[in-house]
Amino acid sequence: MKIPLSRIAHARSGDKGDTSNIGIIAFDARHYPLLVREVTPGRVKQFFGEMVKGKVERYELPNLGALNFLLHETLGGGGTLSLRVDAQGKTLGAALLRMEIDAAEHEVS
Amino acid sequence: MIRIANGQGFWGDWLEAPVRLVEQGPIDYLALDYLAEITMSILQKQKEGDPNLGYARDFPPLIARIQRRLIERDIKVIANAGGVNPVACAREVRRVAPSLKVAVVLGDDVFGRLDEFLAAGHAMKNMDTGEPLSGIRDRILSANAYIGAFPLAEALAAGADVVIAGRCTDTALSLAPMIHRFGWKSDEWDKLAAGTIAGHIVECGAQCTGGNCQVDWQNVPDMANIGYPIIEADHAGRFSITKHEGTGGRVSADIVKEQLLYELGDPKNYITPDCVADFTSIQLKDAGPDRVQVSGIRGGARPQMLKLSIAYSYGWKAIGTLVYSAPQALEKSKAADRIVRERLQQLGLKFEDIYSEFFGVNACHGPVAVPNPDPPEVQLRIGVRGQDRKAVDRFTRELIPLVLSGPPTGTGFGEGRPPVREVVAYWPALIPRELIQTSVEVVE
Repeated sequence: MKIPLSRIAHARSGDKGDTSNIGIIAFDARHYPLLVREVTPGRVKQFFGEMVKGKVERYELPNLGALNFLLHETLGGGGTLSLRVDAQGKTLGAALLRMEIDAAEHEVS
Repeated sequence: MIRIANGQGFWGDWLEAPVRLVEQGPIDYLALDYLAEITMSILQKQKEGDPNLGYARDFPPLIARIQRRLIERDIKVIANAGGVNPVACAREVRRVAPSLKVAVVLGDDVFGRLDEFLAAGHAMKNMDTGEPLSGIRDRILSANAYIGAFPLAEALAAGADVVIAGRCTDTALSLAPMIHRFGWKSDEWDKLAAGTIAGHIVECGAQCTGGNCQVDWQNVPDMANIGYPIIEADHAGRFSITKHEGTGGRVSADIVKEQLLYELGDPKNYITPDCVADFTSIQLKDAGPDRVQVSGIRGGARPQMLKLSIAYSYGWKAIGTLVYSAPQALEKSKAADRIVRERLQQLGLKFEDIYSEFFGVNACHGPVAVPNPDPPEVQLRIGVRGQDRKAVDRFTRELIPLVLSGPPTGTGFGEGRPPVREVVAYWPALIPRELIQTSVEVVE
C-alpha cells in the first residue's frame, strides 16, 4: 500500500549555500529500514522534479533513525543571491513528508 | 557539572530570551550567537562609515540590562558580538557596565591580509565553484577566518566576565566553557566532539526546545514563553539538554534529533577548527521531563585548514509583489507575470535571473505543492537579479502600472515600488591554520 512519508517520519530542513539539507527522522526506530529502502536519492530527486537542478546525496544516521539529504542547486543560487521566498529551504522538509512510499501492512502496523 | 545556556540563535533573535535565561533559573555561562555569513560584510560597511561601529549593537544594551544578575550569580558571557570591531564593542560594554571585566579575542579578521596570502600562493578558491579569489579581489567587503573554542577558553582563563569574539564558530561559544572548566586538551577529540555537538544542538536557540518543530507542534506548551536551551555538561563529555523549569516549549529526543540534522552535511565529518565530530556516534535518551541525555560521541583530529568567510559585492536585486483576487486569481497573476516579462524584454533589459512565484499556490513547495483550483487570492512575487543597477531599478517601475494596464482585480501595491538592494555574496575558502594567530586582550 501507499502511505505518505509523514505517517512514519518527521523532518527539518535548512541550507548550505545553494544546497538544501533535509533531515528525515523515523518516529519509531522500527521504521528506519523502511526509510532506507524507500526514500532513495533517486526518488527524492524525482519527487522534487525541476526544483532540484543538481544531484541528490543521502547520508545514513542509524543511531538517530534518520537520513540526511543534500539537494544541490535547489535554492535559486542560495543565500543572498536567491530570489525565492524560501531561500533557505526551510519548507522543503515539510514538502518531502508528502512523498508517498510503498509499505506492507505489517511494516507500519 | 556546568550549565551553559544559549540565549540568541542569530542577530535579531528574541531580545527577552537571554534576560529570562539569567532570571529564571541557574546557569553558569550564557552563550550568544550574533553572526551569520553575510553579517560581517554589513558590519564592515558600518565600520567604514564610523570607526566606532562594526559590531552587534544589540549586545551592549543587553549586558547593561542583565549586568546585576551576571555579578550576583557569577554568570560569564561568551558572544561573537564583536563582528569586525570587537575592541569597539568591548569599550561600549565597559562604558555601560563598568564593573565587568571584558576580554576580546582577536585574529580572525584577515581583510587586511588577503594580498599577503595571495602573494604567498594561497589561491583561496571558492569551495563551491573552484574559482580563484583573484577574480573578485577588488569587490571584497570583508574576510574572516572561523576560529575555534580554545582562544575563547583562554579569555575565560584570563578572568573575563564577558568574552567578545568576532568570527568564531557558533559551536565554539558553548565548547569554550567546557575546555576552560574541565581542562580539556587540544587532542582530546572525543570530548571536543561532544562539546561541539552540544554547541550544535543549542546554537539555534529555541529550535531545540520546541520551536520550528514538526513533531506534534500544535501541542508544544506555551510557545509564547518558550525556554531557551541549557547544556548540563560533565568533565567526561557527557551532557544533557534541558531548559528552565516553568518555561514554555519542550525538550525531547525527537526535537533534539531535528536540530542535530539541521544544516548538516556529511554526518561522519562535521568539521570545526577544534575537531571533526561524528554525528553517527551520538546516543540520545529521554531522561525525564524536558531533558535529553547525550552520550557516546566520538571525534577525530582537527583539520589543517581553517575556513574563511569572505563577503563580496556581487550585484543588485529587487523583488516586488502584486495581488489578484478570485475568480481566476492564478490565471490573472500569470498573465501579469507574462506582461511584466514582455515589457522588460521590449526595454532590452538583461538580468542574470528573473524568478516568479505565486503565493497561495506554489511559492514554497514549487511543483510539489497540492493544486488549489480556485484560491480566493494569489500574490505574484517577481524578482530580478543582475550586475546593472539601472536595469534592476527600471524593473521596480514595471509592476504598479499593471494595476491599471493589466488583468482585473490587481491590488496590494500600497508600499510603492520595491527597493533595489545590493547583493553581497558569500565566498567560502580555506587557509592553512598556522597563518591565523589569535590573541586575547583584556579591555580596560
